[in-house]
Amino acid sequence: MIITRALTKRYGAVMAVSSVDIDVREGDRYGLLGPNGSGKTTLVRMLLGLVFATSGEIEMMGSRIPKHANRILRDVGALVEGPAAYPNLSGRANLKLLDAAGPRGDRRTRRRRIGDALEQVGMAGIDRRPVKTYSLGMRQRLGLAAALVRRPRLLILDEPGNGLDPHGIRDTRQLLLDLNRDGVTIFLSSHLLAEVEQLCTRVGILDRGRLVLQEELATLRAPTGRVLLDSPDAGQVAALLDGEVEQRDGSHLVIRHPDAAVLNERLVRDGIRVSSIAPQSRTLEDVVLAVTGAGSDQVDGSGTAAGAGTSWQPGTDGDTGARRMRR
Amino acid sequence: MITVELYKLFTRARTWISVLLICGLPLVVAVFVTVTHIAPPPGQGSAFLSAVLTDGKLYPAAALALVLPVFLPVSVAVVAGDSIAGEAANGTLRYLLVRPVGRTRLLVSKLLALITFVLFVVLAVTVTSYLIGIFLLGPGAPAAVGPSAGTVPGSITPGGAPTGGVQPGSSITSLSGGPLTLLQLAERVTWAVGFITVSMLGVAAIALFLSTVADSALGAAIGALAALVASEVLVTLNAATVIQPYLPTRYWLAWIDFFRQPIFWRDIQRGFAIQAVYVAVFLAAAWANLATKDITA
Repeated sequence: MIITRALTKRYGAVMAVSSVDIDVREGDRYGLLGPNGSGKTTLVRMLLGLVFATSGEIEMMGSRIPKHANRILRDVGALVEGPAAYPNLSGRANLKLLDAAGPRGDRRTRRRRIGDALEQVGMAGIDRRPVKTYSLGMRQRLGLAAALVRRPRLLILDEPGNGLDPHGIRDTRQLLLDLNRDGVTIFLSSHLLAEVEQLCTRVGILDRGRLVLQEELATLRAPTGRVLLDSPDAGQVAALLDGEVEQRDGSHLVIRHPDAAVLNERLVRDGIRVSSIAPQSRTLEDVVLAVTGAGSDQVDGSGTAAGAGTSWQPGTDGDTGARRMRR
Repeated sequence: MITVELYKLFTRARTWISVLLICGLPLVVAVFVTVTHIAPPPGQGSAFLSAVLTDGKLYPAAALALVLPVFLPVSVAVVAGDSIAGEAANGTLRYLLVRPVGRTRLLVSKLLALITFVLFVVLAVTVTSYLIGIFLLGPGAPAAVGPSAGTVPGSITPGGAPTGGVQPGSSITSLSGGPLTLLQLAERVTWAVGFITVSMLGVAAIALFLSTVADSALGAAIGALAALVASEVLVTLNAATVIQPYLPTRYWLAWIDFFRQPIFWRDIQRGFAIQAVYVAVFLAAAWANLATKDITA
């Protein structure tokens, strides 16, 4: 759906995006993560033909951007760096104008498409008030509706959760899941890890303009081969599993063991009480902090996860290093 | 796309306020002239103002002369300066472009909307001032004061109109003294409207170009006005004679030549030509800039 090859954007001396290869497949819900200033918005703008790449190429739905942007973008709905509308016109009038301005703005179906889009974003009841009276959340919903009016095959959303309250965020997430089920590919950028974790199937992580990781979310969150254990008999556990205990913090232990159930059975057999036991799987936060923290400040050298384009495998030592660093 | 641009233009309060202001100035002037019956002496003040006292039907020409130097270019520069920079500042530019609206198409639509706006304003002034002329100044009533046609610097032998020599509705005295029938007057007003519209397109193109460069609509408008003021200063400066034929405002007043009998075409043709050059150059520059620009707003 979207493939970039060595995509680079330089603003003077600043490398905003540096040799990025992303690969968004049809049907994906792709989350682009990264700290502020990591190049997310510049990348999104290049995908939409707003900003021209210094070098590298973009292929979207089989054609090149920006050369064929005018043909491809008619199947793309976008939200870029916050919504925008003509403040003196009503929400509906704004959608009508935008629809009439571009291709596929069939006048006969316009009213129905606009009605549908407004209903999808939960704004079916808007009246004739001008947009300047709207709250930030309403504007965001209107922006999303504007992206949906043309019934896109691909949605490119830059920080879609901005300005939304918890209800709005939940509604938007549900909407995107529904659209995705109907075949719409979703590419969104965000710095809200929890949001991406709940919505996306695949993530790419940008750090200082470089793509430091691109992976299925399920793979990233696969068990790490460690078990988290709470036991009032922590001392006995440590004695019993001497070589396998990685960390001990009061009654809390991290044990290298592939199977929590087997470990539990062994402990109980030895008369050790267990308060809680669970396989460890990393949160997206762990992953992001590990890969974006690496580089300049992590110098221990044992399997550092960073490096553009290298597929980072879960369970290596890089993340423990990063976690230790955080503490 | 052009209908979209026109819709945006004519749903903005600013558009209507500027039209009202531009049409209001001739009204204010007409009221004063009617009440006091004091017109500028021949050769001074705004063109045609002396003549209108003898015939209200000439008032559209006088009104155009009133709004041409400042009001009209200011409103054109404001609207043109806003066209791209305003959309960028509002954030709507990026949504138009990803809609997608091609950059060239956007620019052409903006230009067409601008031309429509200028034509609309000039026509609005013409129509309202015609009505003002008929109702306030009277259709060709013999004047009480100053039976003389206005003169323009650089014009050829403006003849004086004979006092009360014009019958209502029959003919109007041209600047050169010869009579004009009502049909001829209508024809010449139409020409003048066209010429003035074209004269404004040079400013519009400069402001449109600056609008693709500047971040703020205000900056673009002021930039274009600065260019105009510079041009107006140089037009009156004898030392700058060499470049005067190439200044955008040099032939702005040439439309007055439509009201001579016969029409004096030389400056009119040059006026059309110089505007065409300015429009071509700045439109090309605007296009080149917008088509290659990173839209980061």
